[in-house]
Amino acid sequence: MSNKSTQLAAVIAEFQDQLLEGWLAGLESRLHRDKSKTIDLRGQAAQFLPLLAETLQQTTSTNIEDAGWVDVRQLLAEISQARVRQGFTPIETANFVFALKEPIFEYLRKALVDNPLQASEEIATASTLFDNLGLYTIDVYQKAREQIILRQQQELLELSTPVVQLWQNVLALPLIGTLDSSRTQVVMESLLQKIVETGALIAIIDITGVPTVDTLVAQHLLKTIAAARLMGADCIISGIRPQIAQTIVHLGVNLEDVVTKATLADAFVVALQRAGSSIQLTAGR
Amino acid sequence: MERIPILRMGRLLLVTIQVDMHDRLAMALQEDLTNRIVKDRANGVLIDISALDIVDSFIGRMISDTAAMAKILDAKTVLVGMQPAVAITLVELGLTLEGVSTALNVELGMKMLEQPG
Repeated sequence: MSNKSTQLAAVIAEFQDQLLEGWLAGLESRLHRDKSKTIDLRGQAAQFLPLLAETLQQTTSTNIEDAGWVDVRQLLAEISQARVRQGFTPIETANFVFALKEPIFEYLRKALVDNPLQASEEIATASTLFDNLGLYTIDVYQKAREQIILRQQQELLELSTPVVQLWQNVLALPLIGTLDSSRTQVVMESLLQKIVETGALIAIIDITGVPTVDTLVAQHLLKTIAAARLMGADCIISGIRPQIAQTIVHLGVNLEDVVTKATLADAFVVALQRAGSSIQLTAGR
Repeated sequence: MERIPILRMGRLLLVTIQVDMHDRLAMALQEDLTNRIVKDRANGVLIDISALDIVDSFIGRMISDTAAMAKILDAKTVLVGMQPAVAITLVELGLTLEGVSTALNVELGMKMLEQPG
């Protein structure tokens, strides 16, 4: 195994410049024209090739999980992560490594022209190595994407639960999107925190933006209401659409202890009455 | 043994829990409070738990039981100043304290007690 890797290392070291040109040509033909301009392909390739040659010379192992490959892995990880930010597809990211295959094979064949058997073995080994490197870039790419999704989920969670003060002692909580357990937790916490901050007596939970209400969502709502009540604030549910009213009754969810109103406006009037204020229409309207 | 003080204001009793509640303390409070309601002929009890930031199921039940006992002795009971974290915990534990009045702070709680009926 060791002499084979050395052969590959020798080829890379000897024909570095030619390989680089062949690699870049391959990369540019595979990449979309606009995209290849936006990144420093030549710089990255020129950085990767010597590092690969050096690693192959120093380590006998072709398993890229080994400690000897840590620098190569790190460079590939950096490149992949940058690709994610620049909006590349996984295929385009992996092609960075795969495009190197063809020129390498070409020079391997030339170097071992008098020994076809060794040449095919060399090529098989090199192919496995580059496949692994390519898969590694995809792996990093995927992880970077997952991180972005996770962060966005978090941000969405915070964005989607605003608590607004409508009036003195009256809060409103317009809910948008489906209520799951983790969102209920955030909603509950922000509502209760706001109740403490403002000293509100009444909170209106508006569910106009909640697409469906099933038993679980209803239970989450009731929990929120119970927690607010424990703190000394009453809740009104508003924005119940006809379909949702039907579903709630069909499901047998008990909302009898809760004040419910069809629209936020109706709920607001009730809240004002409870808070001891009222709105008067001026003449002419 | 350390005890939670019960203050009398006219016919109202004021209980402020300022220390960490542990089980023995909670039991003692139940005993003291029921005795004092009878002795002082109190018609209102205000329990301030604003300094309480951790509850377990036992303390949660104790709070709810204490309030229920005061109610049976015909004293209107208001639980005030519950922290958000405590409220969430109690709800998750399924202790929604049905039938116990709650208020955001002592001032609002007093107002509730002063209202007739």
